[in-house]
Amino acid sequence: MSYSDQLTGKDLIQMYRWLVLIRAFEDRVCELWTKAGIMELPHGSQGQEAISVGACYGLRREDQVLPSLRTRGAFFLKGIPTRVQMAGMFNKTTGAAGGRASSHHMGDIQRGVLVGSGIIGASITTGVGAALAFKLQRKDHVVMNFFGDGAAQRGDFHEGLNFAGVFKLPVVFILENNGWAEMTPVSKHFAGRDFASRADGYGFPGVRVDGNDVFAVYDAVQAAVARARAGEGPTLVECVTYRMRGHCENNPVGTCRDMAEVEAWRERDPIPRMRAELLGRGVLAPELVATIDAETGAEIEDAIAFAEASPWPDVNELCKDVYAPESPELVTGRRS
Amino acid sequence: MRETTYREAIREALREEMRRDGSVFVFGEDVADYGGVFKVTDGLLAEFGPARVFDTPLSESAIVGAAVGASLMGMRPVAEVMFADFTTVAMDALVNHAAKIHYMSGGQTPASIVVRMAYGAGPRWGCHHTQCVESWLANVPGLTIVMPATPYDAKGLLKAAIRSPNPVVFLEHKLLYGRKGEVPEAEYVVPIGKADIKRSGDGVTIVATGLMVDRALGAARTLAAEGISAEVIDLRSIQPLDEDTILSSVEKTGRLVIAHEAPVRGGFGGEIAAVVANKALGFLDAPIERVGAPWTPVPFGQILVDAYVPAEADIVRAVRATQAVA
Repeated sequence: MSYSDQLTGKDLIQMYRWLVLIRAFEDRVCELWTKAGIMELPHGSQGQEAISVGACYGLRREDQVLPSLRTRGAFFLKGIPTRVQMAGMFNKTTGAAGGRASSHHMGDIQRGVLVGSGIIGASITTGVGAALAFKLQRKDHVVMNFFGDGAAQRGDFHEGLNFAGVFKLPVVFILENNGWAEMTPVSKHFAGRDFASRADGYGFPGVRVDGNDVFAVYDAVQAAVARARAGEGPTLVECVTYRMRGHCENNPVGTCRDMAEVEAWRERDPIPRMRAELLGRGVLAPELVATIDAETGAEIEDAIAFAEASPWPDVNELCKDVYAPESPELVTGRRS
Repeated sequence: MRETTYREAIREALREEMRRDGSVFVFGEDVADYGGVFKVTDGLLAEFGPARVFDTPLSESAIVGAAVGASLMGMRPVAEVMFADFTTVAMDALVNHAAKIHYMSGGQTPASIVVRMAYGAGPRWGCHHTQCVESWLANVPGLTIVMPATPYDAKGLLKAAIRSPNPVVFLEHKLLYGRKGEVPEAEYVVPIGKADIKRSGDGVTIVATGLMVDRALGAARTLAAEGISAEVIDLRSIQPLDEDTILSSVEKTGRLVIAHEAPVRGGFGGEIAAVVANKALGFLDAPIERVGAPWTPVPFGQILVDAYVPAEADIVRAVRATQAVA
């Protein structure tokens, strides 16, 4: 019996609902960027939602997640409110870091989301460090470290994975291979056979799954999580998917690529796929589909209203939080 | 009072802080089994075991990046980057992550790490194992940068660094490892950000860091014989900068020489000079003089390194230049 076989009807509907909510959020902020001039430039994850849902569903609060720049779903699954994420897109104080950071790199230590970095690939070693702490502390929590095919070409990928392999750290590396690093396809930035097989070079398993199949992702990740919790070390899970929007909303969808390719992948959209599967199994009642659409839509609109009503960052707080407070016995004197 | 070496003082700080706080651990290249290429961490593995002192792969970016990640989960890592020149490899983790994560997290998660690095020129290491890096990092909000020149300061400042919640770059001059000095046995901490007047005087202020502190003191003795009274200030930290001590001294002496080993152009002396020129211009009786290395990578070999690293005579010459102006 696979891990996904053990999911209840309630689990399945919840996972489906997450897919719909994430997609609704992403579609709406892309629209807001164009029509309403919101501050944060969306890096849309449309098409890739099955990865964050499959990978994050069922994680403990204490398990740490490091989203890539395009893992919007991870914030949802870890419980960061829709309102907070939307406020972040609007650059309001009720969003990320009081408005001093962007929402797609935000952290929430209470919910197990670690702050990201605008440097692609840098989060890999941070996640490895958090996993190192778990090992030293003898805790069986895990780290879910997301990044893309572009990030996998950074030196930090090599250093981080090797480090994790040497110390058998409880980290699951989720490589979202969506075919594109900005405007450069994988065929032009990678000469290897596949990314999963790189894990062999670091001494741990690598698996390649259909990233648009929630169940395939869930099964691979749960197996990796079990390994990690048992002290058996890391796993690299390459999730093959496709980026349905441009790199960011400043890039039209067809930038540097053939629209025929985009349309072909639309046939493999994870959301209709899961919907059809659940309808077919009788787990999802047809009436519930429309209800979920309406509820998630309402949740997004509520978040937008919250964001619009929230205050702008205070310029007097520009230099807040550069340093954690220190007692004068330890540090004294002028910082600037 | 007993004397220890700079190396032993640093080791004592590590040992005491590791005994005091179980979340402090030491890691880096060859720090455990070998005891560190400069033998600073020698003996720590035997006392604390491999869960607290361990060797890493040759991966400075992962070492510093992992230090940040581990600190987010409540650990207090003391990472060693073997030579400060390797800052370039760890620069992203240090500058873009460690320095900024408290800000980016809205004050939730500081990077409570110490990165110890050995810097400074000697005859045999060449241009990639000898650089001074403090000015490379001085322009990054979020970092703390410490440069002790004596065993007493090294021990006290490292203890403060380890206890601080913020990321601290702790720079150890290689040629000072064997330098002896008085270090009390009793517990003490030296707060980061306070400069130390190593010698009082009223004719000229010499602000120095690292190896230049002893050279400035030597210059002061030479100058005293000529009737010039030099006040030597050991900066001890670059960030925070103790402006008050420097300004009070310049107000008294009217003349300023800044001595550091890093090249003059773009070196931290420029920042100090700008602060003094801005806040104490009326007190200056002569232009500010800066002493530092010439504009070249650090050479290899005794002859050229001796010509490269500023000597006592260079500091004496700079002081005389300030006196030439009435």
